[in-house]
Amino acid sequence: MTATKFQVLAPAELAKAQQRRNLRTATTTIRAKRAAVVAEVEDWEALREQGARIKDEALANLDVHLERLEASVTAAGGTVHWARDAAQANAIVARLTREAGSDEVIKVKSMATDEIGLNEALAAQGITAHETDLAELIVQLAGDRPSHILVPAIHRNRVEIRDLFREKLGEPDLSSEPAELTAAARRHLRRRFLSVGVGVSGANFACADTGTVAVVESEGNGRMCTTLPHTLITVMGIEKVLPRFADLGAMLRLLPRSSTGERMNPYTSLWTGVTPGDGPQAFHLILLDNGRTATLADPVGRDALRCIRCSACLNVCPVYERAGGHAYTSTYPGPIGAILAPQLAELEDHTSLPWASSLCGACYEVCPVKIDIPTILVHLRGRVVDETGDAPRVERLAMRAAAAVFASRRRYEAAQAARRLTRLAPLRPWTRFRELPDPPRQTFREWWADR
Amino acid sequence: MSDARAHILARIRLATGDRAPADDTPRPPIPAPDATPGDPDLLAERIADYAATVTRVDDPAAIPDVIAAILARHQATRIAIPADLDHALRPPGVELIADDPPLDHDAIAGADGVLTACALAIARTGTIVLDHTAGQGRRALTLLPDLHVCVIRTHQVVDDVPDAIAGLLGATTPITLVSGPSATSDIELDRVEGVHGPRRLEAVLAP
Repeated sequence: MTATKFQVLAPAELAKAQQRRNLRTATTTIRAKRAAVVAEVEDWEALREQGARIKDEALANLDVHLERLEASVTAAGGTVHWARDAAQANAIVARLTREAGSDEVIKVKSMATDEIGLNEALAAQGITAHETDLAELIVQLAGDRPSHILVPAIHRNRVEIRDLFREKLGEPDLSSEPAELTAAARRHLRRRFLSVGVGVSGANFACADTGTVAVVESEGNGRMCTTLPHTLITVMGIEKVLPRFADLGAMLRLLPRSSTGERMNPYTSLWTGVTPGDGPQAFHLILLDNGRTATLADPVGRDALRCIRCSACLNVCPVYERAGGHAYTSTYPGPIGAILAPQLAELEDHTSLPWASSLCGACYEVCPVKIDIPTILVHLRGRVVDETGDAPRVERLAMRAAAAVFASRRRYEAAQAARRLTRLAPLRPWTRFRELPDPPRQTFREWWADR
Repeated sequence: MSDARAHILARIRLATGDRAPADDTPRPPIPAPDATPGDPDLLAERIADYAATVTRVDDPAAIPDVIAAILARHQATRIAIPADLDHALRPPGVELIADDPPLDHDAIAGADGVLTACALAIARTGTIVLDHTAGQGRRALTLLPDLHVCVIRTHQVVDDVPDAIAGLLGATTPITLVSGPSATSDIELDRVEGVHGPRRLEAVLAP
């Protein structure tokens, strides 16, 4: 489905004063926290290099590592499923939930299950999915869409959330204090944690050599969902595999500092298949493609698959900070979304996203796995023009005209002369925001002819 | 969905056809098997940064009384423990509920707190590592009560995350890394300590 263009959606988002204030405060705060804890690590640049190398190694031989992961998980008592697309993955989750005798699941916040629209697909099958991350709960109760990878409800303020909880959680006396709102969510979810028999999670990492899966979180809802139900279903993009358990050493240093700006996030859960007497006694791992193999086939664009979903690039992006996540029309907003969405889905559905950037490069500087986002953005702009022909019309006309002008000496010199006479009208959208330098009184060519 | 498996693997091989074969890939250095010891003072400082409480004990014989005082401060009298918790750690004057036979979830959630040992602790990040073996109990035990009292021995302190991961190589049990009490910043980035996991974390650091 073709998404509405970023440039069409952004103006309306820019007009939301409350959202812009929230975003400015949020991104400024996280930026400062991240900078402080990153500065603490003396070998940060070497660590980023190591993170990039680990992910590249995993991607270079992805087939080998996935087969190894499958063997390790199976040996540890888990079951591995493969899904080519969202529909297959959703169908597997629905079937496993029914086979486990349940018509509801509790969910850990997961980008992969957002990407495949799992909640809606389960609802269509009569299965209720309960989001348990506080922000995801807010988004779900409000019938809203996430606007940030890490803090999906960042576009809402405490008063809006209080009103929502008063109505939906049946707690009419709540104040707007975040601590009180959090306690209300705790009460609401505790019964679910203790009663629902199926948990659904994503995976931050999965180690091919041991079959160990990692979920990184803060609230304890991840521990609840991966520990208390009798059945656990994990949906994981195939690019999340790491060659070795030992690779967690570098990745767990990179992720929390880049993401929440903490030395470590409160809770990281690692599990390997099934452990008798501890936690779920049935574990299913769904390996999801959904556009990842297509992304892998692009030698430039494939670096986007290194992404560990930290959201550091969102927090430094001047475009994201002002436009917010909803303008991006994809599960993945911000700079990483601008290069992931067009590749994971069809390029023609997201032709505007590679232009949703000033190419300032701040995203590349903070990326813990060194994804050169600006280069991939430019590369994708080229692909959009070559493969879909959907480039901005004025730009295409201008480029065609420029090609004609540059092809002939006479036309070129005439253009130089004309340039002095007028500010070219078709450039207005460009010059509205930018200074056009004053043309020189004499061009080099004229000086050469006169000399 | 075995056709999905074959299809995905075939697409990967096609997509990565331009890459070096598996055996030629350079490997990042694997951490040394001996984890670098960490600084207990730094650990104490970093745990405290998370709004958790750290109590230093010089004489291991004093641990039970120190724990009893911590529990009294929280007015916690019914304490869940792993059945194999070292007797030298057990505090006097409180009701200890051993997880043997296994307690049901409501019984664990109904305890005032839980007392465990740990596998390792990471100094630079202030992280307690549970591998849910000796003296640590299964995962639910340290998850449902509102208070977690955890005893760390100074010889268990390693320097950084890769040292802990190296120390855990070969583990087949679940592993939980705990850095302070559960927390959220989901509402206007205002940090709230205590969401679903234990809302209070008390570390006891002893030789």
